[in-house]
Amino acid sequence: MITDWIAALGRHALGMLRALGHHAFFFWELLRTLPVSLRRPRFAIAQVHALGNLSLLVILSSGLAVGFVLALQTYYALATYGAADSVGLVVNLSLVRELGPVVTALLFAGRAGTSLTAEIGLMKAGEQLAAMELMAVDPKSRVLAPRFVGGIVAMPILALLFSAVGILGAYVVAVLLIGLDAGNFWAIMESGVDVRRDLGNGIIKSIVFGVICSFVAVYQGYEAKATPEGVARATTRTVVISSLTVLAMDFVLTALMFSTR
Amino acid sequence: MSKRGTEILVGLFVLLGIAALVFLALRAANLSSFNGGETYTLTAKFDNIGGLKVRSPVRSAGVTVGRVTSISLDPKTYQGVARLDITKGVQFPADSSARILTSGLLGDQYVGLEAGGDEKMFAPGDTIRSTQSAVVLESLISQFLFNKAADAGGPNSAPAGGAAPAPAPSGVKK
Repeated sequence: MITDWIAALGRHALGMLRALGHHAFFFWELLRTLPVSLRRPRFAIAQVHALGNLSLLVILSSGLAVGFVLALQTYYALATYGAADSVGLVVNLSLVRELGPVVTALLFAGRAGTSLTAEIGLMKAGEQLAAMELMAVDPKSRVLAPRFVGGIVAMPILALLFSAVGILGAYVVAVLLIGLDAGNFWAIMESGVDVRRDLGNGIIKSIVFGVICSFVAVYQGYEAKATPEGVARATTRTVVISSLTVLAMDFVLTALMFSTR
Repeated sequence: MSKRGTEILVGLFVLLGIAALVFLALRAANLSSFNGGETYTLTAKFDNIGGLKVRSPVRSAGVTVGRVTSISLDPKTYQGVARLDITKGVQFPADSSARILTSGLLGDQYVGLEAGGDEKMFAPGDTIRSTQSAVVLESLISQFLFNKAADAGGPNSAPAGGAAPAPAPSGVKK
């Protein structure tokens, strides 16, 4: 009775360890095939186009909307303390440090990660990956690695654009609509934001999130059950796992980067 | 879409990203205003550094001329030691004084350098001898209360001289 319970616990723990090990081996395999696939960069470039260029619309419009709303809300809060001129600084710091990388990663998982998983999953369901193996073409280096690289390249660029557009949106609301002084808006922002600590750490974050999102999407697609239902499940899992991992990783990175010395 | 078209679009995408980075670095962060450059170091000892932080600005006549690079405690005199990096082109007379000031009512604290009249200039590594500590609100209030009590109750009810440390110039120090 009690041994059954302990055995179930042990089985669960072993299963988790096995899954972790499987992820790690897959990641290692992917890294190993990277140099080979980078020798023909046009595959990766095509993926940057599919994952980056085609995500521009959703990223830019969300960035603009987030900038608008953030500027309005911080203005209402700061105006009660007579610090309305710091709206630009608060918006900039929250975008560059947190919202830019995180929201972009969440959108990226939804917009690009799902398409990766579905594409690879359907290739597997259509036995295209098996056909490649028969022709002595490694599907990891021909299919998975370019997509992985494309995601890692696209994600930081999208996060930068998100932050930049968000700050422009905040400018539109704070200066053009509310009527704050444009000089103060930029000067206070400029004096409070550090290139290395704020912008640099934000970029590092977005690169890490790019690795997470692309890896999860590629892994889920490759390991999907080769049925319509399996592909559907894998696509859902991509969004859930990447989002949760990004949020958890964001907390860890923030604690490491912005700890008070 | 042709291969060339894709490559052009991706190139534009990357360019867009670089433009965003340049915008963020130059327009929205402090890369352009003060990024080190050639500096020399001065040291200033304060009885109380208040809310001064590493990277706080050093200003003279309101113009930023440097940054605070480190803050430590002198184990012998129990004074706060602030190392200031000053832009190379700006020289200060050797009897200049340093004060810890606050920008605005609730703003950040910074080091204000007031130029003196000496003909000799500070050499790199020198110590600013004439300093004035940060104003601590509590000591201001207690000083005010002691003065009040002294005015009201005569010499018996208040200790002569007042026990509260006044935020006055701490004078010449070695």
